[in-house]
Amino acid sequence: MNFPENIKYTKSHEWIKVEGDMAIEGITDFAQEELSDIVFIELPDVGTLAEAGKAFGTIEAVKAVSDMLAAVSGEIIETNTALAEIPEKINQDPYGEGWIIKIKMSNPEDVNNLLSAEEYEKFIAEGH
Amino acid sequence: MTKKTPFYDKHIALGGHLVDFVGFIMPTQYKGIIDEVKRIRTTVGVFDVSHMGEIEVKGPDALKFISKITINDPSALSLNQVQYSAMCYNDGGIVDDLLVYRLKKRYLLVVNASNIDKDFKWIKYNINENVTVKNISDDIAQLAIQGPDAEKVIQKLTDIDLSEIRFYWAEESKIADIETVLSRTGYTGEDGFEVYFDKKYADKMWDAIFEAGKEFNIEACGLGARDILRLEMYYRLYGNDIDSATTPIEGDLSWITRLNKTSFNGREVLLKQKVEGLTRKLVPFEMIDKGIPRQGYKIKDKDGNIIGCVTSGNLSPMLQKYIGCGYVELEYSNIDSEFTIDIRGRLLKAKVVKTPFYKDGTHK
Repeated sequence: MNFPENIKYTKSHEWIKVEGDMAIEGITDFAQEELSDIVFIELPDVGTLAEAGKAFGTIEAVKAVSDMLAAVSGEIIETNTALAEIPEKINQDPYGEGWIIKIKMSNPEDVNNLLSAEEYEKFIAEGH
Repeated sequence: MTKKTPFYDKHIALGGHLVDFVGFIMPTQYKGIIDEVKRIRTTVGVFDVSHMGEIEVKGPDALKFISKITINDPSALSLNQVQYSAMCYNDGGIVDDLLVYRLKKRYLLVVNASNIDKDFKWIKYNINENVTVKNISDDIAQLAIQGPDAEKVIQKLTDIDLSEIRFYWAEESKIADIETVLSRTGYTGEDGFEVYFDKKYADKMWDAIFEAGKEFNIEACGLGARDILRLEMYYRLYGNDIDSATTPIEGDLSWITRLNKTSFNGREVLLKQKVEGLTRKLVPFEMIDKGIPRQGYKIKDKDGNIIGCVTSGNLSPMLQKYIGCGYVELEYSNIDSEFTIDIRGRLLKAKVVKTPFYKDGTHK
């Protein structure tokens, strides 16, 4: 399983990559592997306000539906519309082509509440 | 208490995702559910279905007894023929759906894993005839080898000519030098075989099948794929689509309900439903709008009134459509009838379609 160092993680298995006041969010390699066979994604409208820890969309695998939670608060400025047609990109490349939304952060300190790669890996190892 | 099938160590070795399924530790998938669905539809794969139950019925009145407890007509069975059937309570509710095998010295009832104990109790409770029944589920291993290449794999392991076994027929014969009941059955819509044998030969059989299947890239497949395969064919799943609160007439199983038999459990209620009509019925539908219908989601009319409930639903990987089935009020049960599925608050359009959903299955 893959835990890149240059991104931050949530306990609900999302990741974000911070670029200035913008954050790219997706779900982790662990999450895609647990879900397996992702077949459907409900994306929010651009312009929607995301709130850290609150659902911004849902992701469906063959056997399960999960909410996706925003890692940080802010305005959703872009969504990965390619996922509507090819949701399996999330399985194939969760940290790259499988990104889900971009958020313009309203409170960049939110990032401080997130886990590092090492902390997230430990969190997974503990059986979460 | 959870039970392991005799193939538990094989599933572990292959990295299967194991879950507790109705009291059995079973693999839901190995490499991916959708891959496994496509494998069965195009080449060949193997399911461990040892969790299924087997109940033997012997004695001079075996046929008469089975005719009483099942809704199909076992007297139509020739030696070595297999029949899809169901058992009902006297109120018409379904005890279980099952296969009835007519073999040389016995009948074999193959029942759902979730219902083994309940079924066996019900069967014993019904005995007034000269029969003996035995639950041999714990002694029997069962594998389903399914897919267009299944015959080529199994033919390498036996002297009998498999091309002579027709769909829903069986042979008691040796496979890989192991005594088996072999039938051309399966719940996938593809050609294939199910093989029943003494569980002490589990490893030997598994290894022989995988060795024979190597040239066809045979792989193990899990229950996740099996669930989609059966749904693509609109085969019922007990506990989802049918149960003790639904009858075979409501569950769209009139085709196995032989009301011309003079008496069997549930007949009066089923006959009444057939004559007087139903208030609700199971229907197969596909989504017009994009969304996955799932068990328990409400079915609504265009004004948002509840008219039914989804019992199974998923993506069909073969059709790239979202499909499902559910009970609806009778007026919505005709082909092309439209309604909506309440998918987490969004009312998404669906329509009743002809089945099977997947029409290119290779089953013979």
